[in-house]
Amino acid sequence: MIQTESLTKKFGDILAVDRLTLEVAEGEVFGFLGPNGAGKTTTVRMLTSLIAPTSGSAVVNGFKVGVQDQEIRRTVGILTETPGMYDNLSAEFNLLVYANLYEVEDPKRQVEKYLKLLGLWERRMDEAGSFSKGMRQKLAIARALLHEPRLLFLDEPTAGLDPEAARLVRDAIEELRKQGRTIFLCTHNLDEADRLCDRIGVFKTRLLVVDSPANLRTRLFGRKVVFHLASVDESLAEIVRQMPFVKQAQVVDNKLVVSVDEPEAHNPDLVRALVGAGAQIQFVGELRRSLEDVYLQLVKSN
Amino acid sequence: MKKIRIIIQKEWAEVFKNRLIISTIIFMPLLFSALPLIILGFMPGDDGSVDAQLTTELPDQFAQYCGEELTASECYKVFMVNQFMLLFMMTPLIIPVNIAAYSIVGEKTTRSLEPLLATPITTAELLAGKNLAAAIPAVLGSWLGFFVFLGGTLILSGSPQVVRALMDPMWWLAIFVAGPLLAILSVNFSIMVSSRVNDPRVAEQLSAVVILPILGLFFGQISGLLLINSRLILIMALLLALVDIALIYVAVRIFQREVILTRWK
Ligand SMILES: Nc1ncnc2c1ncn2[C@@H]1O[C@H](COP(=O)(O)OP(=O)(O)O)[C@@H](O)[C@H]1O
Ligand SMILES: [Mg+2]
Repeated sequence: MIQTESLTKKFGDILAVDRLTLEVAEGEVFGFLGPNGAGKTTTVRMLTSLIAPTSGSAVVNGFKVGVQDQEIRRTVGILTETPGMYDNLSAEFNLLVYANLYEVEDPKRQVEKYLKLLGLWERRMDEAGSFSKGMRQKLAIARALLHEPRLLFLDEPTAGLDPEAARLVRDAIEELRKQGRTIFLCTHNLDEADRLCDRIGVFKTRLLVVDSPANLRTRLFGRKVVFHLASVDESLAEIVRQMPFVKQAQVVDNKLVVSVDEPEAHNPDLVRALVGAGAQIQFVGELRRSLEDVYLQLVKSN
Repeated sequence: MKKIRIIIQKEWAEVFKNRLIISTIIFMPLLFSALPLIILGFMPGDDGSVDAQLTTELPDQFAQYCGEELTASECYKVFMVNQFMLLFMMTPLIIPVNIAAYSIVGEKTTRSLEPLLATPITTAELLAGKNLAAAIPAVLGSWLGFFVFLGGTLILSGSPQVVRALMDPMWWLAIFVAGPLLAILSVNFSIMVSSRVNDPRVAEQLSAVVILPILGLFFGQISGLLLINSRLILIMALLLALVDIALIYVAVRIFQREVILTRWK
């Protein structure tokens, strides 16, 4: 659905996006994760034909950026960073304007469908300006969906929302994902990326790494198994270290933390060895690094 | 076409919530037609005593232009009425400035420009919608003023001759051709300014600049330097048409989506 090749954007001397090469598959929810000023919005603007790349190329929905811009605008949906509603017009009229601009066949019906779907139907006659932030964001999502785009760009959809509103918006995104739409989700919220995305690209002017949330954790920290023991000392750690597949073993409080590549394959052997050495195992689990650790490490080192 | 229409509808829905703009559109033309009517109402009747005196006060060419069939008093009234023509031509120039000046910069300040430009609307469609949304009320407003003036003249002057002067091709040319052309001039200029600045008030003030030359024309004419006649109006209309075409071309050219979207804070 999206392929970019060395996509670059400069604003004068400021390098906002540096040689971004990326592929997003159909039906995928791709998280574009990066701190403020990373160049996420700039990337989305290039991919939606709002601004022209300085160099490099991109194909969106099968259309070339800079060549078939009109087709791109016609077929993608975008939730801009700020909703930009016409505040003194009704919610319904706001959507009707966009349904017409997107050349929707039956604007009235389509507007009704999305107002109902996002729970705004009762308030359709109210001015958009009277809406809470969360409702306005939902209205903006409805606006992005009117022409039934298969590819949707969401630029920080939950930024600035209270937790309750953010949850409602996330539920709406979850719903879109179930419908099989491809979603390019910009966010600086790790938790959100972790929960919603199939793959995450960590981005700060350059693309630092792309992978699934689970793989990102493994790739950066390896996998670790934690044994909670009634009592533990270095001798147990030493026994474990002798085993060929163990990369590292450490005693922390009354826990033994062992690094292995494939816990599924090696845990039985580990357990057997420890029991044989007289260890009293209380729990066994995997030490999960949060995505936040991954992210902080990546962003810090760049 | 559908997109242009929806832009116009949207603009009107927004603009007509603003009482100030509605009153400009309705009251300004009415004021401009009331002024000459009041003056007309206070002018002396046709008793012959003032004829000689008045005739000498009229510019020579004008006396000729009046011809034989008008009494001097009637001729004077026709002269006065015609002097106010430029006032009517100012209405389509002034009314749309408010609406047009706000049209792009307003979308910038509410951040609604980005989602708008993300839709498959072409620059020409967007500008056409914005143009018409500002020009149509201005033209209709000035026509309303003209018809009120026409009716008022009939009642107050009591002379079909004077009214006939208003039915002159010169007037129709001025109101129905030059008027809309002036509206387009004013609207395009304001929209160009509007897409270049970031503050609606600045846009309005800068746009007011277009009105000055016409004001100059008006006072030049009042002080007798210029005499309005069909030739002058025709030349003006032709010039306006050319200027309008050039302006529209430039407006579309300088409306670079990316620059307008990003170069402001
Ligand atoms: N119109 C612009 N002119 C100049 N610099 C810009 C412009 N837009 C963005 N930038 C710069 O480009 C960088 C990326 O910005 P942005 O894409 O908005 O980041 P993000 O969305 O990830 O917060 C920032 O350093 C920002 O200051
Ligand atoms: Mg951003």
